[in-house]
Amino acid sequence: MTARNTVGPVIARRNAEASGALIGYLPVGFPTLDESVEAAVALVENGVDALELGLPYSDPVMDGPVIQAATQQALANGFRLADGFEAVRRITERVDAPVLIMTYWNPVVQYGVERFADDLAAAGGAGLITPDLIPDEGADWIAASERTGLDRVFLAAPTSTDKRIARVVEASRGFVYAVSTMGITGARADVDRAARTVVDRLTSAGAPASCVGVGISTAAQVREVLEYAEGAIVGSALVKALADGGVRGAAELAAELARGTRAE
Amino acid sequence: MALRAQTGPYFGDFGGRFVPESLVAALDELGEAYDLAKLDPAFGAELAELGRSYTGRPSIITEVPRFAKHAGGARIILKREDLNHTGSHKINNVLGQALLTKRIGKQRVIAETGAGQHGVATATAAALFGLDCTIYMGEVDTERQALNVARMRLLGAEVIAVKAGSRTLKDAINEAMRDWVTNVATTNYIFGTVAGPHPFPEMVRDFQKIIGEEARQQVLDLTGALPTAVTACVGGGSNAIGIFHAFLDDEGVGLYGFEAGGEGVDTPRHAATITKGRPGVLHGARSYMLQDDDGQTIESHSISAGLDYPGVGPEHSWLSAIGRAQYRPVTDDAAMQALRLLTRTEGIIPAIESSHALAGTLELGRELGPDATILVNLSGRGDKDMDTAARYFELYDEEAGA
Repeated sequence: MTARNTVGPVIARRNAEASGALIGYLPVGFPTLDESVEAAVALVENGVDALELGLPYSDPVMDGPVIQAATQQALANGFRLADGFEAVRRITERVDAPVLIMTYWNPVVQYGVERFADDLAAAGGAGLITPDLIPDEGADWIAASERTGLDRVFLAAPTSTDKRIARVVEASRGFVYAVSTMGITGARADVDRAARTVVDRLTSAGAPASCVGVGISTAAQVREVLEYAEGAIVGSALVKALADGGVRGAAELAAELARGTRAE
Repeated sequence: MALRAQTGPYFGDFGGRFVPESLVAALDELGEAYDLAKLDPAFGAELAELGRSYTGRPSIITEVPRFAKHAGGARIILKREDLNHTGSHKINNVLGQALLTKRIGKQRVIAETGAGQHGVATATAAALFGLDCTIYMGEVDTERQALNVARMRLLGAEVIAVKAGSRTLKDAINEAMRDWVTNVATTNYIFGTVAGPHPFPEMVRDFQKIIGEEARQQVLDLTGALPTAVTACVGGGSNAIGIFHAFLDDEGVGLYGFEAGGEGVDTPRHAATITKGRPGVLHGARSYMLQDDDGQTIESHSISAGLDYPGVGPEHSWLSAIGRAQYRPVTDDAAMQALRLLTRTEGIIPAIESSHALAGTLELGRELGPDATILVNLSGRGDKDMDTAARYFELYDEEAGA
């Protein structure tokens, strides 16, 4: 089984249209599996170009309080890894947007890296974003994603050296995830200036696409990021909208954020 | 290659750096600073002088014949890390990492703590070196180790009670890592055990291996021979690796790590990571860990906060895998009985953590017989555990205990 609907072409198309891509994050199973699927579909129907589905994990060191609370609730509700594949299948049956899974590494190791890749591809998934897997430790995943054609999105940080930036660019496929502030996920008043520098360095190192995440919560911030990056990733703000206003709340914020991807 | 010569990032199939990219530069910086410091005689001399004039090194050994009568007659010798300044072995590592913090020019340190001993040691070093200090401690642990929370605050540290997840040591580590990811430019993470991403397992071991280096010579001086066995409790495993390391290549010396068996390893309430876990990735390293089929970390349990951790250092996983060290579980109750036994027979009140090593040693002594000599790492003193012990053994007057 090989991946079909990968993220690179969508990002390229959106940038060819002189806008840029909006990527929305939601955790699987929050507030329930069904509602997380409905919310993800609603995001796409309201202007999100690609989805990042988070798998709830017991020790999420890169997540801020909003996402921690949501994933902890999903785990308390009985989230299982199989729900992740089911969510991908149900979403990709209904909308065309590519769906990436964001997961900490241990669940993949325990499921089996090859088996995880096969099942993700079979479900119609685009690939993986791996917040605690650096390319140095990623040989198994690089091999499995080569075999299946899945995207592999590694992270780049403001502190990454030039050598590491080059390594991340070489290892990634789909896009490189540029961490915009030195921080964990969570909406911030200003998207850090450091993001622009990271993206410039990624571009110089040959990255075909960089998407900026961590700290973006408004249409204005989306627009600002898309001036220099190929994509903007919104997480905590969407999760908060879903928690506060249900599927409709998340859909409304998505529509608002999508305004940031169009010329005024 | 000598087992003692093993360095990170990998110990066999274990170890590595499974961390966010944001932390790699800080880990590289720390690793490079440590590699330079290792080669710098001035660093070694400064650390040794702190050990001598501040910690109280070398720590003594104490033979405990009245206690040993309960262990099948084997000779039992305690390595007295409980007599160190701040009350446990944790200070050895903290002073090393605090000196490194000065070398890399950072002004703020953070640390996680379980029982509070590593937090107290870090707060102490921060006071000594004039550093800002924030300690993360699970909310459950702040309650059962309230005395250590007060000590840390008195020393000038900010103590943050972590309310996420199981509200114990593993969640304190998560929160400390989040702090580090956010404040890495100004902050050094003084990690307390031989787990975590490279270079921590190697570096913390190197700062703790003085325990075994001293004890090996002290036992030779006392008995004229190497011990039959060396024992220690294992949570993350820093005191155990500290006393094991000097003996790794002494083939005739058995090495035994005693994990927290909680209410029993056939119940869900224990922290016996090597005994009952399987390899996985937690807190930046591949090692044995307690986890479910999906790779979600299982919450551990131990009466001792310092051993209540579902992971273990990668070097221990390696020593277990190659058969060099054995790891066995000791229940809460066996540890508490051993705590009382050492107190009553020798007038030494051990930490509940260290009492796991004592309980395991009682059983091991009966197995090895009267010709054996067993060196036990008494890693900490029991002052912090008086409330737990008083409740366990009903030592409070009724109105006071109510």
